[in-house]
Amino acid sequence: MKNIKVLGTGCANCKTTLKLIEEAAAAKGVAVQLEKVEDIQDIMSYGVMGTPGVVIDGKVVHAGGIPGRDKIDGWLA
Amino acid sequence: MSEATVSGVPPRLTFARWIAALAVAVVAWGVAYAYLTDFADAIVAGVGLERGTHFAEAVHFFFYDTPKVLLLLTGIVFVMGIIQTFFSPERTRALLSGKRLGVGNVLAATLGIVTPFCSCSAVPLFIGFLSAGVPMGVTFSFLISAPMVNEVALVLLFGMFGWKVAALYLGMGLLVAIVAGYVIGELKMERYLEDWVRAIQMGESQAADGTGMNWVERFEAGGRHVKEIVGKVWPYVMAGIGLGAAIHGYVPEDFMASIMGKDAPWWSVPAAVLIGVPMYTNAAGIIPIVEALIGKGAALGTVLAFMMSVIALSAPEMIILRKVLKPQLIATFAGVVATGILLVGYVFNAVL
Repeated sequence: MKNIKVLGTGCANCKTTLKLIEEAAAAKGVAVQLEKVEDIQDIMSYGVMGTPGVVIDGKVVHAGGIPGRDKIDGWLA
Repeated sequence: MSEATVSGVPPRLTFARWIAALAVAVVAWGVAYAYLTDFADAIVAGVGLERGTHFAEAVHFFFYDTPKVLLLLTGIVFVMGIIQTFFSPERTRALLSGKRLGVGNVLAATLGIVTPFCSCSAVPLFIGFLSAGVPMGVTFSFLISAPMVNEVALVLLFGMFGWKVAALYLGMGLLVAIVAGYVIGELKMERYLEDWVRAIQMGESQAADGTGMNWVERFEAGGRHVKEIVGKVWPYVMAGIGLGAAIHGYVPEDFMASIMGKDAPWWSVPAAVLIGVPMYTNAAGIIPIVEALIGKGAALGTVLAFMMSVIALSAPEMIILRKVLKPQLIATFAGVVATGILLVGYVFNAVL
């Protein structure tokens, strides 16, 4: 099972990103473990400068905006 | 990168199709822009109004300005969306790293226009810049310029007041960002960063810096930018233009002149800045108010000071920055930026 973390201090874009990933995973029937990282020091430890950021199994795959649907589907594949 | 449609995802356009679609869009855009007046005339005539009455002029104003501003906004935001793919925060940081005060401030303020920025990312960006060796004063220039001098503000000012006001705003916004950042840098206040910030070990950046994108991806980024920005601001734009049209006949022309006009007391500029601090909105939300104020006799300098204060000196952003800055540094930041904005207000009122 993939571990997906959404990095963000709680802005609207971060919540949207979380929801989009949830929806995409549900649509594909892929089981994921979704986590939200809101602590700024934790976020910084990933070296991300733009939120929302997305981390999959410890690797940063996206930062600085809402990811596109095809990008999300690519992570879940 | 398959062309197949999977669970509602539209197929990706090829580069050739993007070029063809863009060519059609540019021509349609140009034609629409050329016929703005005719469109508004047709609407007014279509509903059977006589030109010359207050009401008919208000309707005409609305149906001329709304499509004009939305067309400008869509065009510029698309282009900016593409430009931004060349200036990720990672790239900007690399460009600014190790730059000296002065040159660095000018570069930072300028990059603030083209680097994608959301105020919710202010803190990670701030720390990211510092930890990569960007001087604190240079980082502040970026943080002031990025929200204040943005394409939405410039497009709306251009659409509603013409290119001179837009250019003045651009120039003055950059100046405030450059000078304020320089002053903060010269004050050498690094010890007023929160302790954890100075101790932080920034993780190695793993995010792509955008240099490896192909043009299809850049076009798609432009399209997403339009969807995100225009999709969010169009109600403000409509409301603002509607407000401007509606109050046309009902509020006296010189309503604001005595308190915000050219001959208003000296304290009208600081008062405008103070009122702006607790207000928090983006450029799209503030420009309708600006238009209403200017239409009712307020002086341009006072109104620009108000606008800059709302965007660059917002209380919520201070609260976010408080996580990384000690109170002394927050106070200095607010004081220096407010002084710069005050000067802009006074200079404009004196010159124009």
